[in-house]
Amino acid sequence: MLVFLLRRFATFVLTLMVASAVVFAVLELLPGNAAEIILGDTATPESLAALNTKLGLDRPPLTRYASWIGGLVRGQTANSISYDTPTAELIVERLRVTLPLAVLAMALSVVLALSLGIYAASRHNGLGDVGVMAASQVGIAIPNFWFAILLILLFAVKLQWVSAGGFPGWSEDDGGGLWDGLKALILPAIALALVQAAILARVTRSAVLEVMREDFVRTARAKGLTRRQALWRHVLRNAMIPVLTIMGLQFANLVTGTIVVENVFVLPGIGRLIFQAISNRDLIVVRDVVMLLAAVVVVVNFVVDVLYALIDPRLRHA
Amino acid sequence: MGFWARAKRHPSFVLGAVLTLLMAGAALLSLFWSPYPPAEIDIPNKLQAPSAVHWLGTDSLGRDIASQLLVGAQNSIVVGVIAVGIGLGLGVFFGSLASARRGWVEELVMRAADFTFAFPALLSAIMLTAIYGPGLVMSIVAIGIFNIPVFARITRGAANAVWAREYVLAARTSGKGGVRITLDHVLPNIASQLIVQATISFATAILAEAALSYLGLGTQPPQPSWGRMLNEAQTQMFQAPLLAVYPGVAIVLSVLGLNLLGDGLRDLMDPKLARRR
Repeated sequence: MLVFLLRRFATFVLTLMVASAVVFAVLELLPGNAAEIILGDTATPESLAALNTKLGLDRPPLTRYASWIGGLVRGQTANSISYDTPTAELIVERLRVTLPLAVLAMALSVVLALSLGIYAASRHNGLGDVGVMAASQVGIAIPNFWFAILLILLFAVKLQWVSAGGFPGWSEDDGGGLWDGLKALILPAIALALVQAAILARVTRSAVLEVMREDFVRTARAKGLTRRQALWRHVLRNAMIPVLTIMGLQFANLVTGTIVVENVFVLPGIGRLIFQAISNRDLIVVRDVVMLLAAVVVVVNFVVDVLYALIDPRLRHA
Repeated sequence: MGFWARAKRHPSFVLGAVLTLLMAGAALLSLFWSPYPPAEIDIPNKLQAPSAVHWLGTDSLGRDIASQLLVGAQNSIVVGVIAVGIGLGLGVFFGSLASARRGWVEELVMRAADFTFAFPALLSAIMLTAIYGPGLVMSIVAIGIFNIPVFARITRGAANAVWAREYVLAARTSGKGGVRITLDHVLPNIASQLIVQATISFATAILAEAALSYLGLGTQPPQPSWGRMLNEAQTQMFQAPLLAVYPGVAIVLSVLGLNLLGDGLRDLMDPKLARRR
C-alpha cells in the first residue's frame, strides 16, 4: 500500500510540475513578448520597456519560472495588471462564489444520479429503466449553458421568481446574506448538475447491474437476504468503484462548466475572473487561474486514485 | 444476419443515423441555398415572430434565424471533423507506437496522456485566446489537443489486446516488423472501437465549440454559429425568448444523434457487449 501511495504521489507531483511548465511556456515564452500582448500594437518602446521591467520579463526564463512557482507555493503571487492586487487575493475572493457553487452542483448531481441509477437498475428493462435511460441520453446532449438559459427563461423571465443573474454577496453588509447568496446559486447549480447527473446515473445503473450478477450477491440472496437488503449491504459498496472513477473524471467538466455557467448568470466567481482577464489582456491573472484550475483537476484525480485503492485492495497491486 | 439488416432493427442506431443525416443534410444544403443570406442585416424587420416569410423569425439585427441555423450546422461539422481528425491522427499514432514498442515509450506516452487530461478543452482555449485572440482556429486546436489522449488511450488498450493474439505472433515469426503488423493487423482490428469513439468525440466537440462560441472565444461574426446565437439571444430574452430556444434545440438534436449513433454502432459491432447491457 505504501509503495502504491508513494508511486502515485510521485506521479502527482511530476504531473503538477509538467502542467506548470506548460502553462508558463504557453503564456510567457510562446507569445514572444507578454508586454506587447498586454499593451497592444500601439505601445511605445518606452512603455514596453517599463512594463517589461515591472513584470520582470527582462530576467532569464528559468529565474522567472522559479520565482513564479516559489510565489505560488508561499502564497505570494504577482500583482494583477488590471486590478493591481495580488492574484491570490482576487482568487480567494472569487472562490467564495465558485467553491459553494461547485460543491452544491456536485452534491445535487450525486443525489440525483445515485437515486435515478439505482432505481433504473432495480427496474432493469422495465418502463422506469427505459425512461431514466432515455432522459439521461437527452441530458447528456444538453449543453449546460443552454440549460442555464432555459432556467433563466422559465424562472426569471416567465415566473419572475428569481433575478436573471448576479450575486448579492454572502454578508448583509454587502446587501445580501446567506439565504440570498444561496438563492442566487441554486439555478446555476441545477444547470451544472444536470449533465453530470445524466452521465453518473448511467454509470451507476450499469455498475449496479454488473455487481448484481456477481456470485457473492447470489450467495447473499441464497443466505436469505431480500433483493433490497443485498442491494444496500453488498451491491452498492462494490458498485461505487466505477462511479467514483467517473466522478473524478467528471470533475474536470464541472470545473470548466462552472466557468461557462458563471458567465451565463453573471456570478462574480473564478470563471468570470478569468473571462474578464482575457478581455483585459491580464496575462498574470490568466496564468495563475489556469494553473489553479489545472491543479484542481490533477489533485482530484490523485485523491480519487488513492480513494479507490482504499475501497478496493485489488487495485493497489494492479 | 448482416450488419445492415441488424442495424435497421436497432432503434438508437436508426434514430441516431436519422438525426446525424439531418444535421449533415442541413450543412450540405446551406452550401448551396438558405432562405436568406445568414449575415444579411435588416433592421426594419428585427425581432419578427415566426411567419411564412421568416420561418423561425428574425434576431435583433433582422437576420433570418432559420438561415443562421442552417449555416451554423456547417460550423459545427467543420469543428467536429477537424478536431476529431487531430485527435484521431495523433492519438492513434501515439497509441500504436506505445503498444508496438512497450517499455519506456509506452510509459512516456501514457503519462503524457494522463497529464493532458489536466487541460480540458476550455482551459487550453482560454490560454490560446489570451495570447492569439479568439477565433475558430484556436477553438479547433484546443478541442483537437484534448482529443489526442482520448484516442491514444483507446488505441493503446485495444492494440495491446491484438498484439497478444496468435496471428500477430505468426506474423512476427514470418519476419514482419512493428510498422507492418500495426498497419496489416492491429489497426484493422481496432477500427470499430475507433469509429465508435470518433462518433462520440464528434458530439463532445460540438458541445465544446458551442460553449466556446457562447463565451465569445470561438467562431467570430459574421460566420453564424449556434453558440454565439445563444449568446446574442440572451440579451433579448425578455423581448424574444424563442431566440434562446432554437439554437439550443439544434445543438441537442445533433449531439443526441451522434451519441445514439455511437451507442448503436458499439452494440452492432460488438454483439457480446450489447447482450450484457
